[in-house]
Formats: sequence, C-alpha cells, structure tokens
Amino acid sequence: MWLIGVLIVVGVAWGTYNTVRDNPYSRENWIDFVIFGLAQGCLYALIALGYTLVYGILRMINFAHGEVFMAGAFTGYFVAQPLFDSGFLVAQPVLSLLLVAIVSMATSIVVAYLLERICYRPLRNAPRLVPLITAIGASFFLQYTFAGFYGNGVKTYPDIPSLKGEWQIFGIGILKTQAVVIVAAVVLMLILWLFVQYTKTGKAMRAVSEDKETAALMGINVDATIVRTFIIGAALAGAAGILYALLNKQVQFYMGFQPGLKAFTAAVLGGIGNVPGAMLGGVFLGLFESVGPSLFLEGLKIPAPYQLKDAIAFTMLVLILIFRPTGILGERLSKKKA
Amino acid sequence: MKLANWFVDASQKGLIGGTVAIWLGLIGMVMRFSERAIIQDVVDLGHTLLLVVVFMVAFTAAKREYTSGLKLVAGAVAGAISALMLVLLVLVGEQINLRAMFINASPELYAFISFGNLALLPLIGAVTGIVAACFHFLPARLRNALFMGLAIMVVIGMLSDQLLLIFTNNGMVAYFRWLLAPKGLTVIGALIITLLVAVINYVRGLRKERAPTPGVSRPATQWVRYTVLLLVLAILLYLPQFLGAYHSQVLNQVGLYVLMGLGLNIVVGFAGMLDVGYVAFLALGAYAMGMLTSPEGFVAQSGGQWNFWAAAPIAFVVAVFAGILLGIPVLKIRGDYLTIVTLGFGEIIRILAISDWLRPYTGGAQGIAAIPPIAIAGLFSISGPAKQQKLFYLILICCILAAFVALRLKKSRVGRAWMALREDEDVAEAMGINLVQNKLLAFACGAAFSGISGAIYAANLGSIYPHSFGLLISVNIVALIIVGGMGNIYGVILGALVLVGLPELLREFSEFRLLVYGAVLIFMMLQRPEGLLPDQPQKLVKEGI
Repeated sequence: MWLIGVLIVVGVAWGTYNTVRDNPYSRENWIDFVIFGLAQGCLYALIALGYTLVYGILRMINFAHGEVFMAGAFTGYFVAQPLFDSGFLVAQPVLSLLLVAIVSMATSIVVAYLLERICYRPLRNAPRLVPLITAIGASFFLQYTFAGFYGNGVKTYPDIPSLKGEWQIFGIGILKTQAVVIVAAVVLMLILWLFVQYTKTGKAMRAVSEDKETAALMGINVDATIVRTFIIGAALAGAAGILYALLNKQVQFYMGFQPGLKAFTAAVLGGIGNVPGAMLGGVFLGLFESVGPSLFLEGLKIPAPYQLKDAIAFTMLVLILIFRPTGILGERLSKKKA
Repeated sequence: MKLANWFVDASQKGLIGGTVAIWLGLIGMVMRFSERAIIQDVVDLGHTLLLVVVFMVAFTAAKREYTSGLKLVAGAVAGAISALMLVLLVLVGEQINLRAMFINASPELYAFISFGNLALLPLIGAVTGIVAACFHFLPARLRNALFMGLAIMVVIGMLSDQLLLIFTNNGMVAYFRWLLAPKGLTVIGALIITLLVAVINYVRGLRKERAPTPGVSRPATQWVRYTVLLLVLAILLYLPQFLGAYHSQVLNQVGLYVLMGLGLNIVVGFAGMLDVGYVAFLALGAYAMGMLTSPEGFVAQSGGQWNFWAAAPIAFVVAVFAGILLGIPVLKIRGDYLTIVTLGFGEIIRILAISDWLRPYTGGAQGIAAIPPIAIAGLFSISGPAKQQKLFYLILICCILAAFVALRLKKSRVGRAWMALREDEDVAEAMGINLVQNKLLAFACGAAFSGISGAIYAANLGSIYPHSFGLLISVNIVALIIVGGMGNIYGVILGALVLVGLPELLREFSEFRLLVYGAVLIFMMLQRPEGLLPDQPQKLVKEGI
C-alpha cells in the first residue's frame, strides 16, 4: 500500500523536476495558471462548504448538492438574459448581478429545502447507505427535471462589458471576472465563518453537530437547525452558481455533476465536517488542478495532459481517503465511526 | 373543528397532486407520453399519467378513518384541487409566455391537460377522486387484485404495438384481433385483461390465505417447481425465434444487464458495499476484448491476433485483477466514502480511455473498431442476419451459469460471511470473519461477471467507444438491483426487465430514463427499501445449522 504512495510521490517529483528543467512555460503562464486555479478553487470551496456543513451535522454525504448548485446557476440565466436584453445589465452591472444572485440563491434554497424535507428527513435514522442511495437518486432526478424544464441545450450567460479585460495589480494582470470571483468568494466565506462562530444559529449548528440529543435537551430545535444548515449550504451553492457563470459563461443541466464531485473531493481533502478545512481544501484542489497537469504530467511526457485534469482530482480523492481519511484539518473519523 | 381538519388534509394532498401533475407537464413527460395510446380512441398514456396522479392523491386523502360519506367528499376535494392547479397553469400560461423559461409549456400542452374542456376539468378531477375513494369500500384483497389488473392492462397497452409487430411476424395476428387494435388495446381486450388478471390475483390471494404455513415447501411443490423451471427454460429457448431480431436484441441487452446485475449484487446485495463505479469493469472487459481481437488493435499489429475464446479469459482476469486493485485501497474505507471512491474509479477509467495518452492502445475518443464476432471456426459464428438470436443463447448460458454461481455462493460459507459483513462489520470481525479476504473476494467476483459481460458486449457490437461507459450504466445497474430487491437473484432479473427492457421498448421512456431511475431510487428508499422481491432471510433452522 505504501509502495503505491511512494511510487506516486516519486512520479510527481520526477515530472516536476523534468518540467522545471525544460521550462516550457513563461512566468506569466504560471501566474495565469495560479490565478485561474485560485478562482476555480474558490468556487470549489463555496460548494464544498455545503457538503461539509451537512456532513458535520447529519454525517451524510449530500450527493445531490452539485445539483443544488446547478439549479441556481441554470435558473439565474433566465433573469440575466432579460436584464441584458433590456439594457439594465449594462447600465447597472452591480445591481443586476445582485438580482441574479438573489434569484439563483433563492432557487438553490428552495431545491435544498425540498430535498431535505422529502428525501432526507424521513430517513434520518435509516442505515447510512439508504440516504446515500436516495441522494444519488435525487441527483439524477434533479438533473433531468431541470433538463426537462429548461431544455438540455447549453445556455450562455450574457457578457458584462464592464467586466471585460484585466486589472493590473502589483504588476500582475488579472482577468476582471476572476478577480470578482475571488473577492466575492472570500467575502462570502468570511461571512459564513463569522455566522457560524458568533450568531445564535451558528452556535446551534455547532452544538447539533457535536451531539444531537444533548443539543435538543438544551432547547435547540434540531429539525429547524438542520433545515437552516441546508439553507445556508444552498445559498452558498447558489452564489457559487453565479460566480461559475461569470467565469465560464455556459450553463446546462449537467454542469453540477463534475463541480459537485470536485467540491466533495475538496471537502474530504480539507477534512469533511470542518468549515475552514473545506475552504482550504477547495482552494488547494483548484490550484492543484490548474497547475498540476502542466507541472508534473507534462514532465512525464504525457501528451495532452489537460485531458487528465479530472483524473487528477479523482486520483487525489482516492489517495486522501486511503492515506489520510481525516483530511488536512480533519478530526479523527474513527471516533465517529464514519 | 373536525370538519376543518379533514378539509385541510384533503386540500394538502390535492396541492401535492397538482404540483406533481404540473411538474409532469412541464418536464415534457405528459406530451411525450400522449403519443402512445393505451386503449384505442379512449385513453392514451399522457392522460393516464395525469389521472393516475389524481387518483393516487385522492386515494390517500380518503385513507383516513372517516365516515364513508366524508371519505367520498375528501377524495372529491383532493381530486378537484389537483385539477384546479392544472386549470391555473393553463390560465397563467395563456396570459404569460412561460415558454421563454419552460420549453415544454406549449399551447399543445395546455390543450392536452384541459382534457377537452377546461371548465369541466375540476369536475373530472372530483369524479376521479370519488372513484378513488370508492375503492376504500372494497375489501382489501379485491382492491389489490383490481389494482394489479389495471396495472397489467396499462403495461400491455403500452406494449401493444410491439406485441402487434411480433404477432404479425409470426402470422398469429388473427388470433389477437379481439385484444389489439392498430393503436393500443381494444376496449373489450382491455376489459378482459383487467378482469382476467384481477381474478387470477384474487384466487391466488385466497389460496395463500388458506395455506397453513406459508413458505414451508411441501414435497408436492418440489416437482411442481421443477416443472415450472423446465417450462420457463423451454420458453426461453424458443423465445428468440418467436421474437425476431429487434426484440432479441432488446432481450440481449436485458441479459447483459442481468449478468452485470448478478455481479454487482454480490458486492452491493451480499456484502453491502455500494459500488457506483461498476461500469469500470465492464469497460475493462470490453477493452481487453477489443485490444486483443481487433485487427486494428495494437496487439494484432505487433503480430498476434486473438479470437474471442482466447481473449475472454483474459478479459475475465483483467476485470478480476482490477477488482482486487480497487478493493485493496478501499478496504479501510467505510460505507459512504467507499461509494464516492468507486464513483471516482469509474470516472478515472473513462477519462483514461478517452485521453490521448493511451491513444495507441485504446484508440482515444474513437475507441476500437472491427472487433470480430464470436465464432468457432467451421462450426458456427455469431454473425449474419440471425446474429441476435444466436447471441441470446450465449448470454442465456452465461446468465444461468452466473445465477447458479451466485446462488451457490450465497448459501456457502463465503456468502454467509458477506452477509454478516453487510449487517455489521465489527461484529462480523469479532466472529472471526476475515474482512480483507472476504471483501476482496466480493469485489473480485463482482468484477468477474462484469468483465465477461464486457467481453460479450464488445464482440457483439464490433466496436467500442469510451463514451458508452459512462456513469449511466453504473446507475442503471444499481437501480435495477435496488428495485428488484437487494441480495435477491430473481429481483435482479425482474429489475433488469423493468428498468432496461421497458425503456428499450418504449422510446418515450428512454428520454426520461434517468429521471425515472432517480425517482424510483428515492421512492424505493422511502417506501420499500427492501425492493419489489425482498431477499428472504435464510432459514438456518431448516437447514439444521
């Protein structure tokens, strides 16, 4: 088992050494990779928070969380496009983006609420595999429901003229959209952290995740707290949906699957159930994915390494679960009998 | 107060029913289904769908212990409210263009869901509700028998054009004129089918009740069972000749899924490890077959082309090896993590197959073509016009073998160890069950079945593409196991027939395939987690253990 680990480390090191020696990319290329990775990672982090919050409180993987994200982003399009057509989006970009974000978040919240109410609550005391199967079912159900509603084609978000081009920060050119995504994500994560740490609901969430029975005895409404957790996770996913749309423009019914899986990887990477861990894991995964292929796969003389980008993330997931299932910041899982 | 209570309950149910009906309309299901007639000139599948929703809702609304009058009213209220929501959708849709958002909100849909006359729609809902409530007055056995009859009638109605085709091909269509109209069933045929199935079910229910101790097999039933088995076998052997090429192909599809389902059933049903990356083994088996036998493959170009029989064991071994390879790392992982890791594994295999990196071996996105058909030189070859029929026998043999192996495994020491693992790992370990050995064995066995399916799949199609090994197949197999009943071998067969056979036959179903799978998974987990044919716990006492 450890042999596999050592082999992989040696492979990565050898690839990195080769790439550094041959140096096929310029400094600007690398900076682009890093910033792209950061922006992507922030998205993963926002979605990963939803996984982690729910896992922390219910000890279940909300497999359909990627679809919650999709629902928001996909629905947001139907606000963004009319706003663009009427010229409002160009005239008032900030206000309209907020409007789109609110619609997107609201959709995600509704979906997540229904999900919890219909699919998960009746199964709260069932064996662990049962809600997971339900979640997988719900994931497909939601995907194809939205494909049926909005069609299975790709919708393209309108361009926002004021977000075209680059900003020069410390002599580094950053695409405006990427900068907006990073800033917005960081702000949201900060708000979430403060919320979980200092508000009453946040404290209740932490209490419920420690011990449901005791929390209930202390007068915390466990059901309501769980619903709130789902809602907060969904709001973040909805926001991530809009940021995703800013970054990638295209939305479709299938868009939630890959980011959902990646975000789950990020959550596991950071230590599932751990809020700062999810943020860290997301950013780390984003960076790894964008820098990794060119850094060590190219050094190994693998053609078209970008095709293997997704394989890297999944391989990483498998490796973490084997060698350090607690993640970077995670607590010992054995105590909780995960 | 009591009055208010029942009203609130009934209207809640009505609102749920209305929401479901609107949802069915907006995802496009109603319109797609409207093209298929159930009973000629009377009712089609789209209307049936809507009516069934209203019926179910009203039925549950009237379930409470009301007086009989109140039951009727509650059913009527629930039905009427469901229908009113549809009316609301039509009225809103006529004012605002919903189509900008919901592509299926077309004028045709509005016309269709008005059932001809929008003003009468609430009345139709209320009447359906009253009829549904009336079913509560029937004794339970009669009611269930009738439901069964109606359900079978609808299924036969859906398949009526396929039946018509088969009967025409065999020149037997004259005998079935009473049943099959050019589109859908005839009215008389539908009535006869419903009553026939209902009566059979009713009688069976009566007999079951009279049997002194159900489940204990008397010696007399032993030979009955063997006769039935032989009869089924005989029918199966004759089936492909009767069905013709197209339907044999569908049957082969079902057969391959049965084979894979039997394999995954070992992992999921027996050992309790949810594997959603199962398609990886299918892909490996298929690719092993393709690489070894295709004249375009790198093996042939480096000098040695294999035939099916030599390559099949290799495909088998490759899959087993991959199963163990996947098994080793995930041994330490429990439950839900394992599921995600297997999902990741399936994706990794697919991504690798597409990538340019392995292109010289796997052909990249183009896949591998020109895989020769299965043949024994000079004796026979599974090709030509009757290819599907010939293939059926091969798959049938494989399925019977696999089912036999699975049955024996289940009753063996290993099988019992698996089931102990499924129930509680810690206790199982304390009882002296070797976790590592048994889990790996489960993975390897499961993978083996899939590897063979992959080999047959590749040889049958003649070419393989990485895109045909998506997550869909894994989910398909998991769904069929869960629907059929986890751990039960007959359940796998039933699940494959329902979840693979039906969508193959009904094109409008295949469009909503994954949607239906998702809904079915949720529904089964909520209402019947043990599946349609639940696995009977082994009677250890009877076996004297």
